[in-house]
Amino acid sequence: MADSIDQAGEIRSYTMNFGPQHPAAHGVLRLVMEMEGETIIRIDPHVGLLHRGTEKLAESKPFNHSIGYMDRLDYVSMMCNEHAYVRAIEQLVGVTPPERALWIRTLFDEVTRILNHLMWIGSNALDLGAMAVFLYAFREREELMDVYEAVSGTRMHATYYRPGGVYRDLPAKMIQYKESRWHKGKDLKRMNAWREGSMLDYLEAFARDFQHKVDEYEELLTDNRIWKQRTVDIGIVSPEQAYALGMTGPMLRGSGIEWDLRKKQPYAKYAEVDFDIPVGTHGDCYDRYLVRVNEMRQSGRIILQCVDWLKKNPGPVMIENYKVAPPKREDMKESMEALIHWFKLFTEGFSVPAGETYAAVEAPKGEFGCYMISDGANKPFRVHLRAPGFAHLSSINETTAGHMLPDVVAMIGTYDLVFGEVDR
Amino acid sequence: MSQTTPEQLAERLRARFDGRIANADVSHAQATIEVAPAHLVEVCTALRDEAEFRFEQLTDLCGVDFLGFGEGEWATSETATSQGFGRGVQGDNVQGRFGWDNRPRHPQFLRRFASVVHLISYIHNIRLRVRCFAPEDALPVLPTLTGVWPSANWYEREAFDLYGIVYEGHPDLRRILTDYGFVGHPFRKDFPLIGNVEVRYDPEAKRVVYEPVTSVTPRVTVARVVREDSRWPTSREEATDDWKDN
Repeated sequence: MADSIDQAGEIRSYTMNFGPQHPAAHGVLRLVMEMEGETIIRIDPHVGLLHRGTEKLAESKPFNHSIGYMDRLDYVSMMCNEHAYVRAIEQLVGVTPPERALWIRTLFDEVTRILNHLMWIGSNALDLGAMAVFLYAFREREELMDVYEAVSGTRMHATYYRPGGVYRDLPAKMIQYKESRWHKGKDLKRMNAWREGSMLDYLEAFARDFQHKVDEYEELLTDNRIWKQRTVDIGIVSPEQAYALGMTGPMLRGSGIEWDLRKKQPYAKYAEVDFDIPVGTHGDCYDRYLVRVNEMRQSGRIILQCVDWLKKNPGPVMIENYKVAPPKREDMKESMEALIHWFKLFTEGFSVPAGETYAAVEAPKGEFGCYMISDGANKPFRVHLRAPGFAHLSSINETTAGHMLPDVVAMIGTYDLVFGEVDR
Repeated sequence: MSQTTPEQLAERLRARFDGRIANADVSHAQATIEVAPAHLVEVCTALRDEAEFRFEQLTDLCGVDFLGFGEGEWATSETATSQGFGRGVQGDNVQGRFGWDNRPRHPQFLRRFASVVHLISYIHNIRLRVRCFAPEDALPVLPTLTGVWPSANWYEREAFDLYGIVYEGHPDLRRILTDYGFVGHPFRKDFPLIGNVEVRYDPEAKRVVYEPVTSVTPRVTVARVVREDSRWPTSREEATDDWKDN
């Protein structure tokens, strides 16, 4: 203590360490903060504690082996990451998935967006002292996790999008809760009420009900005095700053810039669905909160439109191009050609024509891009993953200098950081 | 206002920066230019400020190591049917299965390290890729873009950390993703996938120690094969036959 008091008895600035093990650090973030009292003078984030060398690993494996790694980048918006990666491969190879697969991808991108925003609203509110929102948000998150499980067999790391389509068609029957000592009779019936029909019926029921669920979150936060005190006018980002600091997604829209890749550079079936781009006015944490809440409502709208189309239009979900997609199991029993293709695909993969491309999707956190260079081999020569969180976190010094210590937590929350993608 | 196509953009770039950009080409509906390091900052500042370009944001920057571009590890010999297939290319190097020291350079890439920048113009709704090769392989040095777009800061730190590209003029060029005290640049093509050191807790020294890797051996499960696949154009036609509207 003696060191930090100079001869005049004034307290000079001191350095404080935040994380890497801190509940509000959203994983493994270490911040070295130079402070004066409770005021932040300078922040130096130390990242990389979760660095696994995903890009180098992807270079060491055939193209189709790395889809699962993409799930593990931003592990709360799994399928959006896969989407960028498989789109890059599809662009280099020059194949387009069948229409139904594109609708399924649109559907699941939006399911993923809701999953991500629910995680964000829950944890951000929890960081700022509102425990209940987390419990509400995870109630719905669980229901959407079941949809992931229904299509891919796993709740998080789906590996569902494949070059040329999606792994398989949507299940005709939604998974149901089984009878147990705790759930039986009327209780069980209520839990399975939406699950009697197909997965699409379930999602339709969910999406219709979800707007009311968003009302519930808003009820807890939007006019909440404490929530507003913690977020209004905190971490204001001007449009010019947002451009210069590499911000994308809700961070950009919160500053009043109407930009959404789904509208401006449409991919999958976004050009054919109807939705709005919510934008903020001030660029503070509260505006970004409003933007994300509104995005959840828009995602609900898109889901309903996708469900509607998918119910009416059955069809193939994977391209029938045996260079990138495995042939059907039955065909292999009969056809030598199919067997050879199957064998080649699973032992060697497929060689992608030499070239380079950058494929970006509007992931829930911002622009998730995949820059891929192929030299004509069955493995990518270079894969670079442009993660929105990395650019966002790099701006923390500019956005929080001059704020108080608790505002740093609000800012980390509003960045919606996940270290799987920041550190890669 | 009509949307600028990548071809029009490439045309304008060629006209505006004649002589300072090596080539401007379009592939997969994306424009790419190659700039010499000496002109990089000047060209980029113009790209940001001039009304016909207006690339407000640097979305992405990454390093690339072109060593071994276009080289397979497994050769299918001309006489494949009569003599079987070629074996995996054995390296002279001890570390790992494949050596990199004696690899010939790909004629297209005479320099080893490049920094690739992705720009976006929100006003014109168009992207541009700018590639810049470092003149020297032993010590790759490039000018920093942090003065043009502040978002280049961490990306350049990342490229420095992973590839050892030094960005001249960068305000804070420290490692970013690797561990404190890390040696080497792990994403270089001659850096082994299993790494050089492993870490364990030594109960006698009562601390964590770093040692050369012994617990794992390098292993290639699927060899790298370069195939000129003439089947893509045909299969592309097959695909469009089946689903016309896509």
